[in-house]
Amino acid sequence: MTTLLDVVLFLPIGLFLLVLLIPREMGETIRIFSTIVSIIVFLVSLGLVANFEFAQAGYQFVTQFQWVENPNIQYKIGLDGLSLWLVVLTTFVTPIAIMISWKAIDFRLKEFHAYILLLEFCLIGIFVSIDLFQYYVFWELALVPLYFMIGIWGHGRKIYAAVKFFLYTLTGSVMMLAAILYLYSRAGSFDYEVLLAQISSGALQFTTFEETLLFWAFFMAFAVKTPLFPLHTWLPDAHVEAPTAGSVDLAALMLKVGTYSMIRFCLPLFPSASQEFAPWILAISVVGIIYGAFVSLAQPNMKKLVAYSSVSHMGLVVVGIFSLTQQGLDGAVYLMLAHGISTGALFIFVGFLTDRKDSLEIKDYGGLVHSAPALSTVFMFFVLASVGLPLMANFVGEFLALQGAIQANFVLGVLAATTLVLSACYMLWLYQRVFFGEEPPDLQKQVYDMRPREWAAMLPMVAVLLWLGTYSQSFMPPISVANAGVLGHLNKRVEMQVQRKVPAAIAPAAIVPVNALPVNAAAEVPSAR
Amino acid sequence: MPVEFFPKTAELIRVLPEMILVIMGTLIMALEPLAPNNRQSFLGTFSLVALIAAIPLSLLTFANPGPAFGGMLLIDGFATFFRLLVLIVGALTIVLSRPYLERENAESGEYYALFLFSIVGQCLMVSANELVMIFIGLEISSISSYVLAGYIRNDKRNNEAALKYFMLGSFATAFFLYGIAMVYGATGSTNLADIRQVLMSGELTTPDRLIFLAAALMFVGFAFKVSAAPFQVWAPDVYQGAPTPVAAFLSAGPKAAAFAILLRVFLTTFIPFSEHWEPLIWVVALATMLVGNFAALVQDNIKRMLAYSSVAHAGYVLIAVSTHSEIGTAAAMFYLAAYAFMNIGAFAVVAHFGRKGETKMEIRDFGGLAIHQPFLAAMFAFFLFSLIGIPLTGGFFGKFFIFKAAIDSHFYWLAALGLLNSALAAYYYLRIVVVMYMHDPDEATLNVPPLSLGVKTVLGVCGVSTVFLGVFPTALLTLVNNWAVLQTSPSP
Repeated sequence: MTTLLDVVLFLPIGLFLLVLLIPREMGETIRIFSTIVSIIVFLVSLGLVANFEFAQAGYQFVTQFQWVENPNIQYKIGLDGLSLWLVVLTTFVTPIAIMISWKAIDFRLKEFHAYILLLEFCLIGIFVSIDLFQYYVFWELALVPLYFMIGIWGHGRKIYAAVKFFLYTLTGSVMMLAAILYLYSRAGSFDYEVLLAQISSGALQFTTFEETLLFWAFFMAFAVKTPLFPLHTWLPDAHVEAPTAGSVDLAALMLKVGTYSMIRFCLPLFPSASQEFAPWILAISVVGIIYGAFVSLAQPNMKKLVAYSSVSHMGLVVVGIFSLTQQGLDGAVYLMLAHGISTGALFIFVGFLTDRKDSLEIKDYGGLVHSAPALSTVFMFFVLASVGLPLMANFVGEFLALQGAIQANFVLGVLAATTLVLSACYMLWLYQRVFFGEEPPDLQKQVYDMRPREWAAMLPMVAVLLWLGTYSQSFMPPISVANAGVLGHLNKRVEMQVQRKVPAAIAPAAIVPVNALPVNAAAEVPSAR
Repeated sequence: MPVEFFPKTAELIRVLPEMILVIMGTLIMALEPLAPNNRQSFLGTFSLVALIAAIPLSLLTFANPGPAFGGMLLIDGFATFFRLLVLIVGALTIVLSRPYLERENAESGEYYALFLFSIVGQCLMVSANELVMIFIGLEISSISSYVLAGYIRNDKRNNEAALKYFMLGSFATAFFLYGIAMVYGATGSTNLADIRQVLMSGELTTPDRLIFLAAALMFVGFAFKVSAAPFQVWAPDVYQGAPTPVAAFLSAGPKAAAFAILLRVFLTTFIPFSEHWEPLIWVVALATMLVGNFAALVQDNIKRMLAYSSVAHAGYVLIAVSTHSEIGTAAAMFYLAAYAFMNIGAFAVVAHFGRKGETKMEIRDFGGLAIHQPFLAAMFAFFLFSLIGIPLTGGFFGKFFIFKAAIDSHFYWLAALGLLNSALAAYYYLRIVVVMYMHDPDEATLNVPPLSLGVKTVLGVCGVSTVFLGVFPTALLTLVNNWAVLQTSPSP
């Protein structure tokens, strides 16, 4: 039985094949065609939201059939509160990425639009896959279109950046494949739900050593993708050299894949290891937050500045996740959405500026507020969003993530909160240098204000960001439900371990009166509850 | 007078594919002097017809499996699979050879006859049930390949390739023969089942060590044929020097046959002392992957790079062998099939691109191919992605099954190192993609001749097969799972 989700997943790949069929001389036709169809995909994906039961835990829109008999590989997709908004984010950002490339991409149009649609297919695939094998297929396939986008339409050291991006993430993910295979050899299934059921029922148990290795094999793949300090070095290169559309897809969607997968796989599948290593990961993330912010502060290149701010913000997402609290997780997911839109928009604006004057250096700009007032205003909006001003989406996410972090570890939480101050420093300083002050005379001739197409791309982002910031109740309930499920798995497992210890202590209770129980055993039992 | 002077009909049917190939090969040899020098392409059609006819015949013989000729041969699912594989590889490379030979003005019947004989040798190898039979098959296959490697006589590199291949190959076969002799000395038999019987019963006539030495010597012979480290040194020179279709053939056909027989000998006959040879094979597997991948990183000639890549891929298959399990065997079979298609596809692009005299063989010559020849570049990129092991290609499932077999057999570190190796390998394949898609056009890409029908066919078949294996692996997977049961038959 097919559901709407199958349609949303397979529309982009079908359109990708259609684009391949159009002769490449008809570049402009392809451009208009892909813009329209990607908007249609977005509208179709809104049907998912309309038909989604917000209060229901677990997967909806599930489709399942056997892909390969032996080994037991399934095509199994579904949507839950965690993936719902990420899928919509993907379909939302893709048409925008196509629209803002109308000027910047002026050669090999057919290939470009084919890659964007292929990337959309892969990203949706990652978010909706329930079968781990299928998930890995999409995960790895997603490298290919982005690799080409950076390598063909990028600037400067584009080839270095493309290859570095590809190899870095591939190396990170092969260990995850080994871990997936190991899980299969133990559980006999790639099905995430089956694995989860086996683990939480205790049918599948790992030794501490096994669980540690498995956890890290998964986590490293995700950490490279996120990217978590110190594995972030591919990101600035990829961002700076990528074309604007590539940067947007990378920042808004590709980075979310890493943190999404941490919540989806690391926490519920390896609960004990997650809890054991959470403090370390929190500490690394906090280092990443502060490091990313300070490096941003020192950047003379706009794109690099935004790229490092991503490192900083994504660090906060990981802090939220590994606070292992409901607020932290909710905040992390919310921040993923907010960051996707706000940072995506910042990259778009950097792209707008380079469309006008071909430079990424901050020192080449200044005083733009005079010749491009509308552009300056909208840019300011996204700068404030990125800084985490209340009423903006990022504020909700950051607030909750920090709340979670403070519950988990007060000192680290406080250190993580410096991101609010630091991001204000580097973003506002950037704004000041680019938009205020003296305008170089030659710049005046080159810079023009927002064009209708640019308005069309930016207004939806402004609207969504405000909506996310002012009325989080539209979006939060399914996220909370999904996160509660994740935390349920995390804690159930811990309960079970305590229970396993308890019977040995309780055993004498059958013969010994209750008040004669050893003190420590009596103390242990209630603490388990 | 022996009891059965003539072989039984059933036995004759079991070698029908080989028979038709030999008959056609001889016919081509006989017809060649009669045909005018520049009108010999019809002989290529003959050889193609023979190969294609042999494919249904192999299936037909499988309808009635069993031993033949006093236990010299054994037709089972495993043998049938590899027979089909080498026949398909042969057919594809013949199709690829015709436009190539036309371009080089070197078309003649002997090329096709040698091809057929080489394939006969491989068919015999994969269905052999006797060490002597293996040796005969190996020699038929090798001697024809030595000649094929040096087929363009007036080309210096062809001569170098043939000479190197011949000298080193002879040494390797000598090692192999030594091994056979020692096995015979230790067990008193050359029949695979009988040897196993003796090994199981422990009634060796000599100290145990002799049989270990024998197995090691035989492994040297196999390692040479599959170009495993440290016996891989011939591969780059031979692949670079030999005509490109021949290089494609060498990387897929003889290699698959050698792996088939390596599997059969080690996983049935020598299984009683598997704990002794298992470390040997995985050490060699690891060394092969490392040598192949690291050497491929620094190659500038595309054929040399593909040669080292083929060395690395032999390493992956050896991982599957070292698991000595049925899933390992099935994984190796799947991998060799997937590898044959993607590698022949890649070589087909190289063969077409090379121009007369193979002058355009440097990686930088492919600069900007995607701009002027988008189809050719896309096919090449696709085959290279398959060689990397990107999902939805045959190469991905091949690698996946091998590493799955390794993990299921508890070779965790080997699987992890193999996976890291495959990530490393991505670099040198991507280098070509980078040159094709991201560099400015080289003058070599401006005047690429239009694709001939033969090249189109090969690219089409290989491309479709690679996609098919990558998206619907079930068909082939069911087959290899059923046919991965290795058998031997005792002498009558």
